[in-house]
Order: sequence, then structure tokens, then C-alpha cells
Amino acid sequence: MALIEYRDALNQAFAEEIERDPNVVLIGEEVAQYDGAYKVTKGLWKKYGDKRVVDTPISEAAFIGMGIGASMLGLRPVMELMFWSFAAVAYDQIVNNAAQIRYMSGGLINCPIVIRGPANGGTNVGATHSHCPENWFAAIPGLKVVNAATAYDAKGLMKSAIRDNDPVLFMENTLLYGEKGEVPEEEYVIPLGKADIKREGTDITLLAHGRAVLTALKAAELLAAEHDINAEVIDLRSIRPLDEDAILASVRKTHRAIYIEENKPFCGIGAQISSMIMEKCFDDLDAPVLRITSLDAPAIYSPKVEQRQLPRPTDIVDKVLSIC
Amino acid sequence: METAVTAKDHAAAPINAKLSKDDKIGFLREMLRIRRFEQRALSDYQKGKMGGFMHLYIGQESVAVGTCGLMGDHDHVITAYRCHAHALAVGMTMNECMAELYGKSTGCSKGKGGSMHFFAPDKNYWGGHGIVAGQTPLGLGLAYGIKYKGLKGAALCFLGDGAVNQGCFYESLNMASLFELPVIYIIENNKYSMGTSMERSSVVKTCLAQRGEAFAIEWAQANGEDLYEVRAVTQQAIERAHNTSRPTILEFDTYRYYGHSVADSKHKGGYRPEEEIEKYKREHDPIQILKRRLIEEGTLTEESFDKISDEAKAEAEASADFADASPIPTDEQIFEDVYFEVDRQTEAGRTGKHFFHD
Repeated sequence: MALIEYRDALNQAFAEEIERDPNVVLIGEEVAQYDGAYKVTKGLWKKYGDKRVVDTPISEAAFIGMGIGASMLGLRPVMELMFWSFAAVAYDQIVNNAAQIRYMSGGLINCPIVIRGPANGGTNVGATHSHCPENWFAAIPGLKVVNAATAYDAKGLMKSAIRDNDPVLFMENTLLYGEKGEVPEEEYVIPLGKADIKREGTDITLLAHGRAVLTALKAAELLAAEHDINAEVIDLRSIRPLDEDAILASVRKTHRAIYIEENKPFCGIGAQISSMIMEKCFDDLDAPVLRITSLDAPAIYSPKVEQRQLPRPTDIVDKVLSIC
Repeated sequence: METAVTAKDHAAAPINAKLSKDDKIGFLREMLRIRRFEQRALSDYQKGKMGGFMHLYIGQESVAVGTCGLMGDHDHVITAYRCHAHALAVGMTMNECMAELYGKSTGCSKGKGGSMHFFAPDKNYWGGHGIVAGQTPLGLGLAYGIKYKGLKGAALCFLGDGAVNQGCFYESLNMASLFELPVIYIIENNKYSMGTSMERSSVVKTCLAQRGEAFAIEWAQANGEDLYEVRAVTQQAIERAHNTSRPTILEFDTYRYYGHSVADSKHKGGYRPEEEIEKYKREHDPIQILKRRLIEEGTLTEESFDKISDEAKAEAEASADFADASPIPTDEQIFEDVYFEVDRQTEAGRTGKHFFHD
């Protein structure tokens, strides 16, 4: 297996899908001639040309809507938002058109689009560029929401997302683009709706998505080394569809659960999951389901302080010790 | 009221000169079908047979019939919420449309869309969209798809005069021109964005299509009351789209006899004088204009007009009977047509939880 960066794993997924399906087209701001604002699409325009890799003006509402309209005619556009925060500009197109067109047409029209880009804080760019909007969209039936934590997952999930016949919102992370991980040489796909046990354990279940998975893994090592607590870490990978079975099976084994996410707490993904655990395996629980989120205020700029706003391994350790 | 643009005679335009007697009668029939359908729908709405919004097109029929009648195999249509006329004009049946209004499972959208959301992709008809101007980027995308596939076609994207003041429309105009996409934005200017007149909503009071100049887009403003004029002007835009892949903005001066929606109690004597409505009906009614023209040229008689009108009325009545007798969707159907993969029970659709109500 090759050790490659998260961004290159995505790049491989795009290249392979462009070659596999003539209807796949990458569209977005700076994706072509600039090689991508984060070099995720590096070299693809040069290799595949103007038809398959397309730069747009800064017009999120129009180009996302354009992608949706083109997908209705059978194209498979892979649309980049330079930041998922900019989805706010295209919210009507995503929520009223991509999400609803199949339903309101009684199943006559499909929308096989992927909308992707980074969705994270922690880069000192202020509140407008630091949103984690997975809960904005996972709340909408008709949409699918995917969040990859590793290079391996990023590639396999992206290939599934592109082949999926429903709109898939794919959330990446600028802090992960340079992280290396092992990716097989041979082709593989990871189905949407399958969680991954990133670390097996027996004493508590740490549930997470995105970069918080890596934070949870670091916390699990600290818990094992310093407190003799064996934590299981489950990466949702796909938020909607959701691998409910994997979550409940783990909680039934460990009897304790904490959800960790870089999103805000109010109606966050953790709120949904903790409600689900409470409803479905209340009698298996030895402690309340807890949540660790970004501190509940807009993302602060001040670089040293912002680090404290997002969940850190020590935050997780402290919370685990409060119930173990 | 006076129309902003004086009607011109386009009977001699090549696209009209070649029309057969049957073609002409056919257009009249289509316009009458739309009017009788909506009259019946309004009557049934008032009887409580349906819910929600309903935006009537009556008074504007020449625009939908004139434009949609020009569509070829690779020409597509998308419009806003005043969508019944375009649906019938592209060939959807009254039954499926009326049943949709009734919220029945035999409706074109299985009772899931309602009045604002008619669709027939098999007839190149992509809706039926509820958010003002939200369909304008989708129209851009249809044109993108046409061009990407190497087809000679156009996307006819309709919008009202209120929609021109939404931001995504301008973004779409810029991209349409920049990418050279064969989209035709057709502004049906009925003078009122809900209860706000053009006078109170747009800084330039006399023309909206002209805004295309900022984007190097060809535009035309025309009177929409005469089907021949609509056809002649639209044909030029279609030819531009087909031959040069360039966009066009068309603005048709038109008028709606009813309110913004059926819930609009102030349309008559409120934000517009009753006399304005009566004068338009008297002097600019598109059905009467075509009727007069066809009678003058000997294509039509009063008797044959009445017969066509009666047939349209009977068809509308039959569609109401069909809708009334049709079943409503089952509770299970609430969860159908949300996700393709779930409906087809593909491997993706069987993997993970998609719905969270329990």
C-alpha cells in the first residue's frame, strides 16, 4: 500500500471516476487552471482538459444550481465549494432543489450530484470560514452527508459518492489534506452508511466523525496508557445514511458512549446520536451519553485560543474519566 | 392599462407563414385547454377539493403555447410556480395535472408536488419550481447538460418579472454568457410581482430584458398577447441557441387576470384597478386575438370555436372526475421517492439508516 496524502487520495478518486464515466465533470472555483485552492484537483485539468475540469466565477448559487440542473439531464457533476461555509450562499439550491427534486417529481427526476469541499474550523480564518455544516444538511431528507477522516476513507467514500444516484454532500478538512495514510494500489470503494471501528475497545465507545475521529484516537491512547481504560473508537464516516447498527452494537458492548465532533452542540450530530442511543439501548447504559463539541460560540480568530475551542484529546480524557 | 410594447404583426414570419390550418387550430385548442383547465381548477379549489397555493396563468396562454410549440427533440423547458400552462403545452394530460392538484397518487408527481411542482422529464419538462428565480440556475444547468452531450438544443427557462430581482438570476446570466450556454431566459412580465408593481420594484420601468446588455446577452422585448409574435421572437432565440450556443433573454409583455395566487384578495381594486383588468381582457386577450385572426383568414368559424371550447371544457370536467375518483397516496408512499437508491433497494439503498422518524 502506498502512503499518500488525504488530498491525493481524493485526487485519485476523481481521476479514476473521470476515466470510468464520461458523465463525471469537476466544477468549481479554481479547480482547473489553479489546480485547486488546496491542490486537491492538482493536475486534473492538465490531464483531462476543459470539458472535464471546469473553473467557475465566484457564484455559488448559480454554479451549484447549474450542477443540479445538469445532473437532472444525466451528468454526474462533482462540485467544489472552496469552503463548505459558502454553502450558505447556495443553500436554496441545495436544500430546495437538490434535496427535493426527486420527491416533488414523484421519483421522475434524479439528482446524482456530489458537492464537496472542506468543512472545518481550526485554521484561524474567523467564523465565516469555519462552519461545520453537516447538521444543517443531515437534517434534510433527500440529502446524504459524508465526512471522511483518513486518506483511505476519503478515496473509497468519494468513489461511492460519485457513483451514488442521490445528492451526496462530501465534507473534507483543510487540516487533514496533508495527513498521510495508506491507500491500496488496487481499486476499492467504501459504501455510504457503513461506520468503521477505528479502534476496538471494551470500556467506553467514543463516537465521532471527521477530524474528531483522530482526536478520539489520540485520547484512546492516553486513556489506555495512563488510566487503563480501553476505549472503542467508531468513525461514522457517513452521517446520512447512518450505520445505526454499528453504533448500538458498540454501546451494548461497552455500556458507555461519548460523541465527539467539531461542530456546535445545539442540534448537532451528537445530539441526534445520543437521542438514538437513549431510545434504543437505554437499559444497556451505565452512564448518560455525553457530548464533546466545539465550544458554543462563533469560531474565534485568535490562533492560540481557537485551539481550545475545538475538542482536544485531554478534553475527551477528562470527560471519559467523569463516567468511567 | 396599456401594454408596454405595441403588438406587431408577425403572421408573415417564416415560422408562422408555414403553419397549416391544423397547426393554427391546434394552438387555439391548446390555449383553450389551458384556460378551461384552470377555470375548472379554480372552481374546484373554491369547493375545497384541493389545498395549498394555486397560481393561475389565465391571460398569459399565448406565451406558453407559442414558445413550447417550437420545441424540438433536444429543447427543454423549466419554469416557476405558475406552471400549469407549460405542463399542458408540452403535452402533459389534464388528468395527471388535475389529479396532482387534488393531491392524488395518480397525479404527475403522485400527489407529492402540488400546483407549483408539475414535472414530465419524458417531455423535456423539468418543472414547476416554487422559489422565485430558484429555477434560473437549473435552467443554466439544463443548457450545460445539452452542450456537454453535444446536442443541438436549448433550455427555455421561464421566470416572472418579480424573479429578475433575485441575485442567482444575474449569476446565471453571467455564466450563461461566459460559458456560451444555449439557455433562453423568458421573462413573462405580467407587471406585478405578487402585489408589487414593476413601478415599485424595478428601477428601469419600461424594460427588464435589457439588463442582459450587462452580460453581452442578446435580448428582445415583445408583446406576448399574439401567439404569432411570441413564436417569431422565440424562434430567433432558439436558432441562436442551436446554431451559436449563445443565450438570449426574452421579455413578453403579458397579464394575469387573477391574483398572484388564489389567495390574493387584493388583486382586483387593491394594488391594481379593476378597470385595468377589464380593459386587458377586452383588448388584449390572447385567445380572442387568435380567434379573430383565424376567423378573418377563414380558418375558423364561431361555431367551430365554440366546439373546441366545449371540448376543452368537457376534458377539464372529465379530468376533475378522474382526480376526484383517484386514491390519495398511502402513508407508506410518504417515504417513497426520497432516495433513488432506497426506492430501487440497491446495495447502497439497503446500507445504513436513511430515515430517522423512529
